[in-house]
Amino acid sequence: MYQSVQTNRRSFIKKMAMLSAMTAAASMFPGILFAEEQERGIPEGANLDWKKTPCRFCGVGCGVLVGTENGKAIAVKGDPKSPVNKGLCCVKGYHSILALYGKDRLTKPLVKKNGTYVETSMKEALDLVASKMQETIKDHGKDAVSIYGSGQWTIPDGYAASKLFKGCIGTNNVEANARLCMATAVTGFLTSFGIDEPMGCYEDIDHADTFVLWGNNMAEMHPVLFSRLLDQRLKRGVKIIDFATRTTRTSMAADKSILFNPQSDLAVGNAICYEIIKNGWTNDQFIEAHCNFNKGLTNMGYGLEDNYKFTDKPEKISFEDYKNFLEDYTPEKASKISGVSVKDIKYLATHFGDPNKKVMSFWCMGPNQHSRGTWMNNIIYNIHLLTGKISEPGNSPFSLTGQPSACGTVREVGTLTHKLPHGVVMNKEHREFAAKIWDVPVENISPKPTYHTVEMFRALDRGDIRFMWIQVTNPMVTMPKLKRYRDGAKKEGRFIVVSDIYPTPTTDIADVILPSAMWIEREGMYGNSERRTQYFEQMIDPPGEAMSDTWQLIEVAKRMGFEKQFHYKEETHISEIYNEYRRHHEGKKHNMAPLEVLKSQPGAMWPYVDGKSTQWRFNAKYDPACSNGKDFHFYGKKDGKAVIWQRPYEPAAEEPDAEYPYWLCTGRVVEHWHTGSMTRRIPVLHQAMPHAYVELNPGDAKRMQIRTGDMVKLTTRRGSITMPASVNERGVPAPMQVFVPFFDENMLINDITLDSFCPISKEPDYKKCAVKVEKA
Amino acid sequence: MPIKSYLVHPHDGKKEVLAHALAAITECEVLPAENKDVIVLVTETDTKIEEEILKEKLEAIPSIKLLAMVSGFDAPKN
Repeated sequence: MYQSVQTNRRSFIKKMAMLSAMTAAASMFPGILFAEEQERGIPEGANLDWKKTPCRFCGVGCGVLVGTENGKAIAVKGDPKSPVNKGLCCVKGYHSILALYGKDRLTKPLVKKNGTYVETSMKEALDLVASKMQETIKDHGKDAVSIYGSGQWTIPDGYAASKLFKGCIGTNNVEANARLCMATAVTGFLTSFGIDEPMGCYEDIDHADTFVLWGNNMAEMHPVLFSRLLDQRLKRGVKIIDFATRTTRTSMAADKSILFNPQSDLAVGNAICYEIIKNGWTNDQFIEAHCNFNKGLTNMGYGLEDNYKFTDKPEKISFEDYKNFLEDYTPEKASKISGVSVKDIKYLATHFGDPNKKVMSFWCMGPNQHSRGTWMNNIIYNIHLLTGKISEPGNSPFSLTGQPSACGTVREVGTLTHKLPHGVVMNKEHREFAAKIWDVPVENISPKPTYHTVEMFRALDRGDIRFMWIQVTNPMVTMPKLKRYRDGAKKEGRFIVVSDIYPTPTTDIADVILPSAMWIEREGMYGNSERRTQYFEQMIDPPGEAMSDTWQLIEVAKRMGFEKQFHYKEETHISEIYNEYRRHHEGKKHNMAPLEVLKSQPGAMWPYVDGKSTQWRFNAKYDPACSNGKDFHFYGKKDGKAVIWQRPYEPAAEEPDAEYPYWLCTGRVVEHWHTGSMTRRIPVLHQAMPHAYVELNPGDAKRMQIRTGDMVKLTTRRGSITMPASVNERGVPAPMQVFVPFFDENMLINDITLDSFCPISKEPDYKKCAVKVEKA
Repeated sequence: MPIKSYLVHPHDGKKEVLAHALAAITECEVLPAENKDVIVLVTETDTKIEEEILKEKLEAIPSIKLLAMVSGFDAPKN
């Protein structure tokens, strides 16, 4: 499967040498700009029209300026007016516009006939999608059709999908790939605070004294934000502590790197709480006024079986009960589970416990793609709540997102099976509210959630779902235990529609492929990690018959008889949809900024109240929604109090044993956006990181006589894969652990990963399963 | 056939002068930072002797305060 890429080796090496020096400069001089690099490729004398947009790639939401000339995007640079990145870009951002111009862009709809794809018109393809959906509903019921979208959906895309499927068709079969990355963050927020998304913002970085990175390789995944941390270290001497299972570029740049055994972050987090209480570092006044203590069910299982169900049963406990529970997590006991020294556990605790230090926690996929991820999120909040270090500048537990609109679209529009734009389908008032705005009978909206993502693909395999429309995502690379779901999608009697911009392993399973307009080829909005909604206008035309996902949905909705609900005009549909969507969030707790505001500035943070963004929620000094007359008001919960949860350590679903003695962890690299379907078509990024690899610990590699470049066979209970080794290069796993990035469609590591998930969030654990490692 | 990259630190106020001096050398590719006093330099020579000569040329530039090598490759010509 693996093929090396033919490149001009010498020019490639020159480019690498240049990039190495630029990277070194960036670590020595945070905020450094290389204008010439940004403007490289701009024709001499070009008369560029520069327009603002959020970056297409990650969830940081950097503002970029795109220069267009004669209908083509030809330059990109960081937007100095953006408070997010202040003019900086990462390597993906600098090259983002090149993703528009890959040679194999999909420009015509393709319909599979007798096993081969045949070009057709958009009209005919959309007719077929609508008629197939109607036929499936007639033959198998409305819960046999589904849509699977993405945190790369724009806000109008997700809104149109939710309105069509939940409001008009009447099925809750709406999911998005954010279930694979952010669902745990959502359940973490909901269980601890009753309302989703971070209370703080990126400006916290300018106030914090210590940054604790929980399993979060920020240097590669959020490089622009990480450079802001490094900048603060130069200016103010802040401390950066990397707490991870593997040594990465982040660990190397941090002041302190602490490695823990996979899954044992639960034990270390509890030990930090133990130390805080034992040493009297709690903020008792804050706890008394603003916190409750709860416990939930334990031994929940891992969701490995079809139709697995779990509902937690929260039970109130006292502070004393919680203290007794923590006796099982003394630093000494936690050290045995985690491999972290007692000294390092106490070191971590002192940073949180010092009343004169402001602490910011960052995390992303480590605690989220975790079979006890909701618990881990709760434990991080526990630490901040016990010390009262929350909801004020510099004191901030901050869950980062991976995709440009995982927050804006999936979490805020609510494109998950249980969600509505405001509230949840299970709540009668919420259904009535949505039905009124959508202009549909309230009975249309089913009160029962159906399938979360893993279960949705299991339902497709079983035949409970017969029709699936996939937009802006590549599940045939990203689903865990992939082989089952790929085989399931190919079964007789399934009809798959895929909207995308390039051929991918997911278009390979499609019956209809719809060419989509990408990013600035259409108008839209994204919402980033700090609750910032950002607008972008259409700057260039999409190629061929490519059409925005929003308009594809509208066209199909009209064909299915929902003209009344999808009355939007082609020229104004984005503003019409955004203005309709804003009605769902009216009020001081979630008001969205008017479109005119988003057009005039680099985004606005919700709640947008009285013409102002809210930077720190739940703090009466900054948040107009606080109404309890106290300094803090956690208004997501009925009694206005946040919850400190008793959450134990439990092992992972599958741990190394004699037959499969290593841990397998998967993740990303800085050069590639997720599955690489866009960035692998950008030559400089592809050449910089042409294929996947398996990182081994140098000691393990030496013992097996494996050197960088040697082929290594990885085997799990799901199958085997062979790929080149990487030893002592970018990342260094701990002994008896291996790491593989998932961006490479030619080396599908997810064929051998496990589909266990957090029972509360239903988010899969991509970071842990057992694997056998052999020299091939 | 060495290819090397450096961070070049100029003496105060001499960044532009230094960038011009480096750019005038055939074997040098120069990328000055827009907002910091540092220049990225990539050098490409055909032989080790040429490399030595280039090194002498660089050391003779008066506006260089510090030349710090970041990466070095010995790549054969295509």
